[in-house]
Amino acid sequence: MSDTKYSKEHEWITFEGDIATIGITKHATEMLGDIVFAELPEKGISVEKDGTAGVVESTKAASDVYTPISGEVVDTNQSIVDDPSKINEDPEGSAWFFKLKMKDKAELDSLMNKDEYDKFAKESAN
Amino acid sequence: MEIKKTSLYQLHYDSGAKFVEFAGYHMPIQYSDGIVDEHKFTRSNAGIFDVSHMGQLFIYGNDDLAEDLERVFPLDLKNLEINHSKYSFLMNDEAGIYDDLILTKIENGFMIILNAACKDNDFKILSKLLNDKYKMELDKNRSLIAIQGPKSAVILNPIINGVNELNFMSGSWFKFEEQKVFVTRSGYTGEDGFEVSIINTLAEKFTKKLIANGAKLIGLGARDTLRLEAGLCLYGHELDKNKTPVEANLKWAISKERISQGNFIGSRIITKQLSDGVNKIRVGIKPEGRIIAREKTKIFNQSDIYIGEITSGTFGPSVNGPVAMGYVENDFSKKNTKVFLEVRGKKHPANICGLPFYKKSYVKGANK
Repeated sequence: MSDTKYSKEHEWITFEGDIATIGITKHATEMLGDIVFAELPEKGISVEKDGTAGVVESTKAASDVYTPISGEVVDTNQSIVDDPSKINEDPEGSAWFFKLKMKDKAELDSLMNKDEYDKFAKESAN
Repeated sequence: MEIKKTSLYQLHYDSGAKFVEFAGYHMPIQYSDGIVDEHKFTRSNAGIFDVSHMGQLFIYGNDDLAEDLERVFPLDLKNLEINHSKYSFLMNDEAGIYDDLILTKIENGFMIILNAACKDNDFKILSKLLNDKYKMELDKNRSLIAIQGPKSAVILNPIINGVNELNFMSGSWFKFEEQKVFVTRSGYTGEDGFEVSIINTLAEKFTKKLIANGAKLIGLGARDTLRLEAGLCLYGHELDKNKTPVEANLKWAISKERISQGNFIGSRIITKQLSDGVNKIRVGIKPEGRIIAREKTKIFNQSDIYIGEITSGTFGPSVNGPVAMGYVENDFSKKNTKVFLEVRGKKHPANICGLPFYKKSYVKGANK
């Protein structure tokens, strides 16, 4: 398993071979509050880096989920659709959103590592 | 303009509140527990709501005042008993709603609780309508603190002795620390509860006592999900100048006596709408799936024709699903009518339903 990478839209990504797993960060869930609805991309579709690939809604508002890299959706996590509160409980673990077959691994280079993301999240929160 | 703070600002801050600006005030949207937990705590226990941003209008006068106010409000005020409260509206000539409010008959006059965003304008309108004939005061020296939930009476009564004797929609003066407090048994969450009008300097001390007795501070976020589950209107969403009480499905709040007399502002339109019907009407809407339809979501009928719009929509924590209210054309307002809600470009099935979404547990008479 790789090191985790992070996007400026508060998604995290891990990868094994050419399969990437994507979810939203703990920081994102803290900003959103209680998540009560999740919508995921359909299996088999292709998504483009920085394009929308889902929606989460808190009691207050809806927010788009973006994909930090391009690829084909090969799996989605139905358990968070059935019980969106799992996203608040374990955002960077069991509550992953979708898996992609990556189109271009070079896209990963533009993403942040953990230290960079923590700094970014702290600054963007202020 | 500077954003105002209520007397409980520091207590909110120390309690981990996230603030938003609401009607010119710094108000807590939620605390560290989050909206869902705060909502559920209110339904099972007792929540404290700082509603000090709302207007507390006192108008002093005698029988003349009741008569003059009857020309403004569709209420039977001359026969309203002392310490009894009524829900009503301030309207324009077209019966469009300037504000919705709670009016209580007190000794020497009336106390009216107004929405924060409307209170200054309401004051101007009322002063003009009453020709400055009466002493009117939008009291800035008093805070308004609501306690809502099934344990409200058990928590409040040891602090303000005697409140458990109050019936729903009535109020009275009591004492707290030798100062007069006006307490009504009312609220806006679908639960039993009280609203306490208290001098600003004692507001924090009083609230800390409620907390010590087991109540918790609750933010505006949960206040919104609670009132929506209870099927209650929020000004600026379900109600505004372009909607009438009949369209808002609030005709129960209009005195039948007064309709037959017809001499109040807006009565011409209200009488007409009651006899001829209305084009659009407020309804409850329950999406079939988990999709949340927010304010301004367009509503379509089964033939894909636009029939209305959502005015409030969220996830109801006690209902454990999405809930919404909105206005639809009258032909599609019957319960169980299937409609479609357009969310992010897709149409999602929903049904018109009765209100409330969550059954109320108001105390009708005390000592039961």
